[in-house]
Amino acid sequence: MTGFLEKQQLSDLRTMIAGLERLSVSKSAGQVLPFGVAPLDRHLPWGGLRLPGLHEWADLGLGQPYASAAGLMVAGILARRDGPVLWVSERPDLYAPALGNVGLSPDRVLHVTARRTVAAVMEEALRLGRFAGIVGEVRQIEPTAARRLQLAAEAAGLPAFVLRRPPRRETAIAPIAALTRWRIARVPSGPVLPEAPHVPGLAPALWRLDLIRCRGAEAASWIVEACDATGHIRLPAALADRSVAPAAAGPQSRAG
Amino acid sequence: MGAADAAARRLGVMLGQPLAEAQAMYRDLTIVDADPEGDATGLRALAAWCQRYAPLTAADLPDAIRIDSTGADHLWGGEAAMMADLHRRLSDVGLSVRMAVADTPGAAWALSHYGAETITLCPAGRVAEALHPLPIPSLRLSADTVQGLDRMGFARVGELMAAKRAPLSRRFSADLLRQLDYATGASFEPLEPQAAAQLIRERLTFVEPLVTAEAFATVIDRLSRLVSTELERRGEGARRLDLVCERVDGSQQLIALGTARPVQSAKQLARLLAERIETIDPGLGVEAMVLWVARAEPTTPAQIEAWSPQSGVAKSLGELAPLIDRLVARFGAGQVYRLAPVESDVPERGVRRIGPLAPPDGRAWPPNLPRPLRLLTPPQSVQAIALLPDQPPVAFTWRRQRHLIRRADGPERIFGEWWKRDSERTLSRDYWAVEDEAGDRFWLYRNGDGEDPETGNLAWFLHGIF
Repeated sequence: MTGFLEKQQLSDLRTMIAGLERLSVSKSAGQVLPFGVAPLDRHLPWGGLRLPGLHEWADLGLGQPYASAAGLMVAGILARRDGPVLWVSERPDLYAPALGNVGLSPDRVLHVTARRTVAAVMEEALRLGRFAGIVGEVRQIEPTAARRLQLAAEAAGLPAFVLRRPPRRETAIAPIAALTRWRIARVPSGPVLPEAPHVPGLAPALWRLDLIRCRGAEAASWIVEACDATGHIRLPAALADRSVAPAAAGPQSRAG
Repeated sequence: MGAADAAARRLGVMLGQPLAEAQAMYRDLTIVDADPEGDATGLRALAAWCQRYAPLTAADLPDAIRIDSTGADHLWGGEAAMMADLHRRLSDVGLSVRMAVADTPGAAWALSHYGAETITLCPAGRVAEALHPLPIPSLRLSADTVQGLDRMGFARVGELMAAKRAPLSRRFSADLLRQLDYATGASFEPLEPQAAAQLIRERLTFVEPLVTAEAFATVIDRLSRLVSTELERRGEGARRLDLVCERVDGSQQLIALGTARPVQSAKQLARLLAERIETIDPGLGVEAMVLWVARAEPTTPAQIEAWSPQSGVAKSLGELAPLIDRLVARFGAGQVYRLAPVESDVPERGVRRIGPLAPPDGRAWPPNLPRPLRLLTPPQSVQAIALLPDQPPVAFTWRRQRHLIRRADGPERIFGEWWKRDSERTLSRDYWAVEDEAGDRFWLYRNGDGEDPETGNLAWFLHGIF
């Protein structure tokens, strides 16, 4: 009897070790993309964004129906990977030069206007593989369709990004089974030259990234500078004269 | 006189005139013996050539060619583009043609022979309207019938359509109403197509008419294998496929597909066609299906240029083609695309759609200027307060919400493209990227430079959301 139990424990341990090894293998095979923002990368269980999987991004506030901050964020992530990008939308209002501004050459992007079948096209493209990543803009998505996307993305080892674009502001967004779910809120930016606040111009935009769900990590928020010309976000250089943001260096715990 | 060219007609030569009379009018008239046989052969050859546009074409003696372009025009970028291409090619070889597209062969014939324009595009569902003003002979009636109608006072097709049918059918043969119904689409006029030898064409007929999607899928698999074998033998791949479903009532449905690169494998062909199974309308049943390769190209690999070699996209191209073809088959050619820059300062003209695998044309995207991810089309009118001539707005109201502007970048002055439109000669716009007190960023512009009223009316617009 004890022999059997030991055997059982042993095999359990073996399974566990195999699991750990798989995790480390996947990590070494370039399946995690760090954001390059230390507090953010430390907070995530993979030390960055785990690429195989479904990631949901949406804007908060006025930009909700446009998901333009979310779109730029995802474009910035894909700018740092090689290969073509599939961008599936319900209606075409994407202005390509903006992609170039965050480092994603529009020449790499294949667009599909798929009306109500965005999720199906994404899934089909995931099965084909060969993309740096797949982006889908949706007004709504069925929970089952999202779950299928998550499975397909895991199986393909590719990142899939769903941009939620509710038709109106302040529409409740139904949760879906994604690996990570994010919200981006705009935050007033500082002056171009902190030492000369009256010089006109626009400094890099500021975003508050809210991680609202992630397997193996708590919900948290960070304030970052929007993607630069190479697709990287960074911690704001000057926080001194800003009244809005509390401590931005570490994750803040959020209610709910 | 059986025919006369434009120059002869200007001299007053009329059809049906005795030859001697015509020669008396103009001594040096060039006379060519009528050769109806030769004309018919030539017309049939031209009809076969027209299969580059759609697989169902037929010579309609003595002087017409009928093309069933159902489902094929999108491959040419629409009916207008297809007609323009056909007209240009025929004009290039010295033929003068009149053309018309309409819902029915009868209406197309009438409009091409009697319409006001050289090229007539009759929008779907507007046949009756288009036929209204045409003269009676446009219905392809016998001379007796035309005379009889003339005597009864009918001059236009519209009058005939408004008349009671029973007296007409009593007075004239069934011919009249049948021709009228053919033209208006009330009854279906079959087209006897003509096959060209060099095209790959496979046909399967069925003892029992097919109606289910599963049955169509099986047939498509078999047709694809047959066509694929022949393509393989010729070392070619299909660039355009036409699937013709022949229904038991004699009507036909054409499903046309284009591919991004030559496709040879039976599996790929079948998958492409399967995307369209849902669009097959079996009617009372399909008794035969024909698969044509309307355009084939040699399958030499590595013909397609890379998009951008530095990004490593090149090597993945080949594997993308099957997916692209399926998506194009499902959504249409215009819905699967890449975006390319256009040398234009006007933002909404700065981008155009190109084919999914089109090689880059070497034009570079403009350098890093503030550009929003979402462009509003058309730009939305907003109320803004700004100091002239070149201060950023202090606030603006969009959709009844007021935004106080805290920071702004600009102005970026963009001039109208006078070489495109004369009205743009003096126009200019001043663009501002602005941030409101909540941190939201907008792309605004003002018509005019703020000094010279010629350049614009100073109205403000929201053109994009960053």
